[in-house]
Amino acid sequence: MDFDPTDEQRMLAETVNSLLDKRYDPSSRLALLDSELGWSRELWQQYAQLGLLGLTFDEQYDGAGMGAAELATVMESFGRSLVLEPFFPTVVLGGTLVSEAGTPEQKAAILPKVAAGELLLAFACSERGSRWSQTDIGTTATRAGDGWTISGQKIAVAGADSADTLIVSAVTPDGIGLFLVDAAAVTIASYAMQDGQRGGDVLLADAPAELLGTDTDAIDHIRAVIDVATAALCAEAIGVCERMLAMTVDYLKTRVQFGRPISVFQALQFRAADMYVALEQARSMALLAGLSLAGDDPAARRQMVRAAKIQVDLSSRQIGQEAIQLHGGIGMTMEYPVGHYFKRSAVIAKTFADTNELIELVGAEGGLIG
Amino acid sequence: MDIALGKEDLAFAERMRSFFRSEIPAQIRLKGERGEHWSREDYVAAQQILNANGLAVPHWPVAWGGQEWSALQRHIWAEEMALAHVPAPLAFNAAMVGPVIATFGSEELKQRFLPPTANLDIWWCQGFSEPNAGSDLASLTTRAVRDGDSYVINGQKTWTTLAQWADWIFCLVRTDPEAKKQLGISFVLIDMKTPGVTVRPIRLIDGGYEVNEVFFDDVRIPADQLVGEENKGWDYAKFLLGNERTGVAGTGIIKSRITRLRKVAAQTSSHGKPLLEDPLFLARLTRLEVETTALTMSVMRVLANEAKHPGRPDPLSSVLKLRGSELQQEATELLMEALGPDALAYRESAAAADGFTALPDGAVDAMPTYFNWRKASIYSGSSEVQRTIIARAILKF
Repeated sequence: MDFDPTDEQRMLAETVNSLLDKRYDPSSRLALLDSELGWSRELWQQYAQLGLLGLTFDEQYDGAGMGAAELATVMESFGRSLVLEPFFPTVVLGGTLVSEAGTPEQKAAILPKVAAGELLLAFACSERGSRWSQTDIGTTATRAGDGWTISGQKIAVAGADSADTLIVSAVTPDGIGLFLVDAAAVTIASYAMQDGQRGGDVLLADAPAELLGTDTDAIDHIRAVIDVATAALCAEAIGVCERMLAMTVDYLKTRVQFGRPISVFQALQFRAADMYVALEQARSMALLAGLSLAGDDPAARRQMVRAAKIQVDLSSRQIGQEAIQLHGGIGMTMEYPVGHYFKRSAVIAKTFADTNELIELVGAEGGLIG
Repeated sequence: MDIALGKEDLAFAERMRSFFRSEIPAQIRLKGERGEHWSREDYVAAQQILNANGLAVPHWPVAWGGQEWSALQRHIWAEEMALAHVPAPLAFNAAMVGPVIATFGSEELKQRFLPPTANLDIWWCQGFSEPNAGSDLASLTTRAVRDGDSYVINGQKTWTTLAQWADWIFCLVRTDPEAKKQLGISFVLIDMKTPGVTVRPIRLIDGGYEVNEVFFDDVRIPADQLVGEENKGWDYAKFLLGNERTGVAGTGIIKSRITRLRKVAAQTSSHGKPLLEDPLFLARLTRLEVETTALTMSVMRVLANEAKHPGRPDPLSSVLKLRGSELQQEATELLMEALGPDALAYRESAAAADGFTALPDGAVDAMPTYFNWRKASIYSGSSEVQRTIIARAILKF
């Protein structure tokens, strides 16, 4: 029983961290955040060269053939530096959807380009008024000759602003299908998300579409990919929370009031200790989510991933709120990094489901113990 | 926690599970399952079966009945025992005084005490805390004065669990009042029948008698009942308290409480439906299960760290005590809430009065256990002590 990273994972983390340490100092990040694109195409190419953009793809599609643990390694590092490039929408969501549901031809056409950094993807599934449901949606797909057309609206699509190809969920006669849609064929209202990452709403009006894979009901694929993505978000959140705790600890030790570093005050020590407890409980569950993805039983896997996200979200909220409180006024400023971490963790907690939704789902499936 | 276990450890867990469930008398396990108190005879019977099968003191040296198990296997042993509702070997014997005697005691003390300690032929109690020495244990003042071949002991211990059942008590006593407080303490063994030992029961808020005060008035004991060296008792006490890093989480207790809670909530009706389907109740239960699952994985991580770096301080073990005690308490709270008005009557037995419907499972113990379990965040290093340990580790002061 060994939960430490393997040598390979350690090397991967070192490689990614050394690049990010050089390129993601707070002022460079602030500059990127304010740039028109909101991220760096040049860094994107570096990720491609490091093999990160095809990390989990099969080797026959120019991927590195790695698994959930390596993806978690990269996500944790990205969380630590609050990376802005659209890795999550393109690689984790888009790439995994194509790997999971696509035909061999679609995989061959899409995955090598993603791995090379030449193609950006986004997953358009959420809709106004549907909250977290993947099935209660209004976007519909209609057969048109050999292909399909899609009409409807999607919201809060991470990476929609720069995606070349969208993967859109839509109602088909058989259920919920997944479709490849050229971004040029839809209207995209772009914006920055609350954490500064870019995205947008998508308006589809008889947009020409190609069915991803062969199933006109792809809900099982969607759920399986959300499991993988949720475990990845858990790992990212661990990186985010680690940094918030580390920054808070540094601040408590260096901030002097009443002639002493404020770390001497027990009221603050205990709050920092509780942040550590929350972080370690979240880390345990993020690890467990990764381990459970290797399991055979999809229902058990889903329960554990959802349970992990509940713990991670509860811990992130506590750590984030306390990090701001313990920093005092400086934590409220955009200039200081801790607030950016807090914002990212708040967005992670509202991606695919929120805590209440997850608690309800895990409870309804019979819980975890007994 | 099966996901985290390898094949061999899974097989080990299965072996433990089937032993506990087939070899320990059903009526003893049933009491545990129902939350009833075990009698002294129950504890002794269970421990003697375990001991006869080499399962009472696996963490002792092999020569004295121990097993060459990994820390993970010892954890699995304890966890499966709790899940099977088997009374664990008496901690004062198996986890405390036994390892101290085995590690620091003379050959004579080992021969004399270890076999009956493993077999619970001697019931030990722990004389550490005093009225003015709680979290600051080293300020204890019970005095032992050497007089020829004896020590004469005067003073008072408190919070002495089950002293009313005990044959012997192991005590921290001050042998050198001049030395710095940690340096003048010795570890001695005292027969409870020695003249001058008085036990006064303390009634706790659950209505039961679990702990006692123990008074020593000119209690004369043979000097060979000193363990190890004079004035080294603090080191032995630290060894004793540091022995157990993962049991403090109590994950087995929490899980068996949750299992029971699910059963009770499924049988309790609320608004015409089983309480288990009530969204608010289920949400709280689910949250408890998530936090417990996280804690179980944290236990695994502490065990893995311990295997890699034996003896290295790990603030994560403070997380186990801190969160473990809180979650144990939360489980007692939910059980009490599940019972509703059925939990309100203070009862000595589960038998309903003549003509009345039978009481639901948990009616007798739910509220008393809730009251009683407030102790868990106070004993063995209170939550505040654990937070201080963690703060010291992360803030490095």
